[in-house]
Amino acid sequence: MSHAHSIIQIENIHKRFGKVHALRGISTTVQRGQVLVLIGPSGSGKSTLLRCINGLERPDTGRVVVDGIPLDDSSDHINAVRAEVGIVFQQFNLFPHLTVLQNITLAQQIIRQRTPDESKKIARELLAKVGIPEKADAYPAQLSGGQQQRVAIARALAMNPKIMLFDEPTSALDPEMIQEVLETMMLLAKEGMTMVVVSHEMGFARAAANRIVFMDGGAIVEDTSPEQLFTNPREERTKQFLSKILN
Amino acid sequence: MSVPDSAKPPPATNRAGRALPMPEWERVPWWIIILILAGIWAVMIIFTSADYTSIITLLSSGIYLTLYVTFFAYALALVVGLLAGLMRVSRNPVLNTLGTLYVEVIRGIPLLVQILYFFYVIAPALADRTPEPFDQLFRSEVNMGIIALAIGYGAYLAETYRAGIEAIPRGQMEAARSLGMSYVQAMRYVILPQAIRIILPPLGNDFVAMLKDSALLSAISVKELTLWTRQRSANTFRPLEHWTIAAFLYLTMTIGLSLFVRYIERKFAIPK
Repeated sequence: MSHAHSIIQIENIHKRFGKVHALRGISTTVQRGQVLVLIGPSGSGKSTLLRCINGLERPDTGRVVVDGIPLDDSSDHINAVRAEVGIVFQQFNLFPHLTVLQNITLAQQIIRQRTPDESKKIARELLAKVGIPEKADAYPAQLSGGQQQRVAIARALAMNPKIMLFDEPTSALDPEMIQEVLETMMLLAKEGMTMVVVSHEMGFARAAANRIVFMDGGAIVEDTSPEQLFTNPREERTKQFLSKILN
Repeated sequence: MSVPDSAKPPPATNRAGRALPMPEWERVPWWIIILILAGIWAVMIIFTSADYTSIITLLSSGIYLTLYVTFFAYALALVVGLLAGLMRVSRNPVLNTLGTLYVEVIRGIPLLVQILYFFYVIAPALADRTPEPFDQLFRSEVNMGIIALAIGYGAYLAETYRAGIEAIPRGQMEAARSLGMSYVQAMRYVILPQAIRIILPPLGNDFVAMLKDSALLSAISVKELTLWTRQRSANTFRPLEHWTIAAFLYLTMTIGLSLFVRYIERKFAIPK
């Protein structure tokens, strides 16, 4: 695999939480523009791996390099990486004391040093993009889960990230709201955004992903294309897992 | 012998099993109405009696000092408490230990003893080491009373802040940090604004409690309401009238403050 175009490099990382060995020597790279979907049973380490990419978790050993910047002890490095990497959480994590617009403008103003007018203009454009321009002045608690998640996506996009991470973005949503969030993600994928998505939405994986990684027990079991995975999975564990989630 | 279940009246619930809202007459704040009536009665007595009118006029400078001391001590305690609270939630072992030490030591000593210790031990020591004329700062009862109250209350406020900060879900800090904010920026713009809304009721309680505890400053001869009352009642041999008025004045101030705190809580509530 060529490292020249890889925007994320992960080299042999291990992570333990107490006695739990959550990541057991993961090495992989992600190319610019790639849409990678991470699947695997709960506790397989996929969320931990995702959180290592923006420094929310620090691996015990091994190296993570994002867009040429190593995630090490330097808080400058960590903040620089975080400014380039957007993340969308399962629980949305919108700031409940701020309006939708303020949620999207806050970091633009204090991190990107944009003026209030500039940041509001960008926020309104992004709200239009995720399909809820009329909710600018609402508070998060006044929105449905699907709307909140779309605001969370807009908030991350406002920082002009080079990479977007999604940590089970639809798992906390009612079924009828999953589609609106997936459509927004689909739109991003089409625009060429580099995305790493932890999700069991196989419809999204089929339609938007160009790579699927199956993890189990803190290790990568299978790393392949969606077509290959759905038609002809190589590993027995992958087959078992797929048969469970596809039914 | 226990009463058989069938003999107990069933709890008031609707068909979904939820408790029904209280009937209208139970929701009336009777205690406020009784207090208002008693207040009107007290005001009528006070302002129709020449004795009471003169007492209340004489005590009013004590009221001023009570409010002055409480206001500044509370403002200072809010700052001290915030710093100590942030130290308590810090992962830095030095800061954490210092914060915990402060909170545990102060909370274990009676406030009156703290005030006396500060005024008779620490303040003179500081004054002796300070060049004139700045040493006067440490010889003023009012200044030292304000600082002693602030240090004493800061420990309780620190725990209140800590509880508020810890009540904010971890995802809020993660979301803020993921947007590139530093720890301090995340605290300032995301965590504290939410935490302070949560702890407004206990902060308000402490404000009212401090107003009452400001009476302890009479022990270091701060001429606030309690000391004034004591001196006037001793000089005139009329304790009943003086202490009744003092109690009435304290009650008026604390209820006024409580209502103000409730107004603030409503004003800053996060829309749902």
